[in-house]
Amino acid sequence: MELVVVSVLGADRVGIVAAVAGALAKHNANIVDIAQTVVRDIFSMVMIVDISKADVDIGALRAELEEVGKRLGVMVAVHHIDVFRYMQRI
Amino acid sequence: MRLFSPEEIGEVLEMILFRELDIRAVTLSVNTLPAIRGDAESSARALRALLAPLLERFRPAVDKVASKLGVRIVTARLAVSPMSIMLEPLGRAEDGVELAKELDELAESYGVDLVGGYSAFVHAGESRGDRALLESLPDALNSTRRVAGFVNAASTATGINVDAVYKSAKALKAMRPDAAARFAVMANAPEDVPFMPGAYHGLGMPDAVVNVAVSGPGVIEAVVRSLGNADLRALHDAIKRAAFKITRLGELVGREVAKELGAPFGAVDLSVAPSPKVGDSVAGILEAIGLPRAGSQGSVLALYLFVDAVKKGGAMASSTIGGLSGAFIPVSEDALMAEAAREGALTFDALKAMSAVCNTGIDMAGIPGDAPEEAVAALMADVMAIAVSLNKPLGVRLVPIPGGKPGDVYELGGLYGRVVVMDLGKYLSAPVVKRGGVAPPGVERLKMG
Repeated sequence: MELVVVSVLGADRVGIVAAVAGALAKHNANIVDIAQTVVRDIFSMVMIVDISKADVDIGALRAELEEVGKRLGVMVAVHHIDVFRYMQRI
Repeated sequence: MRLFSPEEIGEVLEMILFRELDIRAVTLSVNTLPAIRGDAESSARALRALLAPLLERFRPAVDKVASKLGVRIVTARLAVSPMSIMLEPLGRAEDGVELAKELDELAESYGVDLVGGYSAFVHAGESRGDRALLESLPDALNSTRRVAGFVNAASTATGINVDAVYKSAKALKAMRPDAAARFAVMANAPEDVPFMPGAYHGLGMPDAVVNVAVSGPGVIEAVVRSLGNADLRALHDAIKRAAFKITRLGELVGREVAKELGAPFGAVDLSVAPSPKVGDSVAGILEAIGLPRAGSQGSVLALYLFVDAVKKGGAMASSTIGGLSGAFIPVSEDALMAEAAREGALTFDALKAMSAVCNTGIDMAGIPGDAPEEAVAALMADVMAIAVSLNKPLGVRLVPIPGGKPGDVYELGGLYGRVVVMDLGKYLSAPVVKRGGVAPPGVERLKMG
């Protein structure tokens, strides 16, 4: 597995999860974990995604998801899981 | 079971996305001594032949790692062996200038932001190559944009070469502001510094090695502010934990770039480098700890607490801590530090006192362009004395501003920020440095055996 963390933050609206998940599915990237909530109309979501069988690398996936974010007016960031492994685990 | 809780992920994302946590520099350090030749033209050709194949892969490797991890890497830098050694067989200042231009061109064509190592080690005296380098310094730095260097004028082992300090002050006064920003006088320069202008390829290093510099004072400031009125131990503990995480990111990036390049990973410099951006300030940390302004009474205590916590957190985070590994207090490169200097809260005396507990010394402070050489040399020599007495690396990086008066601001731009001209005081003669000679090493030397 090659895991990446997709995080989305912004004003809530219909279709954010669908658009992000759709883009991931299109590239055969598999969602393995998801946490999503809305607090005071602010949408926040963190997904852990396996891209080992995806047809794009993390850079291309980030560029596409950022485009999706722009269309929806939300911020999308993509980081490799190693960043979290290094910073949160000894 | 979840790999990470949403809180753990959120904490890292907050640091990277909102607190300016990034990698200040990935510095490729290369042994360039195999390029030593008997004339300048052949040396320049040999330098290019040696460096080009590595540099071709360097910037792409840095960009690839930044893209893979989703972490900003602000600069990619090169460090070469001390240029004074290449100048030993050549012995002429103009040859140094030629080689500096060659390095500048190489850097520009391969997307390298800065090249360090236009340097000489003269802490106990000068050799032929050192003399050529010292003489060439103003021309070499004024005629390039990306070359950086230093003069190591003091060491715990051999004392302070006051003659070299004086010559450095003289050279500095002939530099343009942007050239002066790439020059320092140093004591005890470590072999694996990723920061400029202190970076060079140390004599004990392998052919090539990757060193990393981290940034992220905004992360620490946010942690300190979130603790409200916590006492100093609680503050220290929280800073230590944050510093651990920041340093781990440096370790990860260093390992990834080294792997990409097929070069060994060297060291992480755990100094948390500021930038002129809002929320990326070491002075912001000190003020959050509890100062009205950086430089006010209490600054040494606040800086001590911060540096000690960063070192202890960083030491746990990486087995290869290197470089200066303290705290940077570059006045112009830190918006709040510059503001404190402009207001007169941060003075040269305060910076000297703070040098006792940090690892930079006096960094990126403006001086009037017409400041007497001996006053500049005396200021440099004071910091050299602190370094030798306390057995630590320190440097002095001053920027002479033509026509500048204390309080004036000169925009250097980019990471260098706004240079504030600081007051050297009214007593500007310093017969002590005009006596010349090498001040002997202190008792710290004798402790080594």
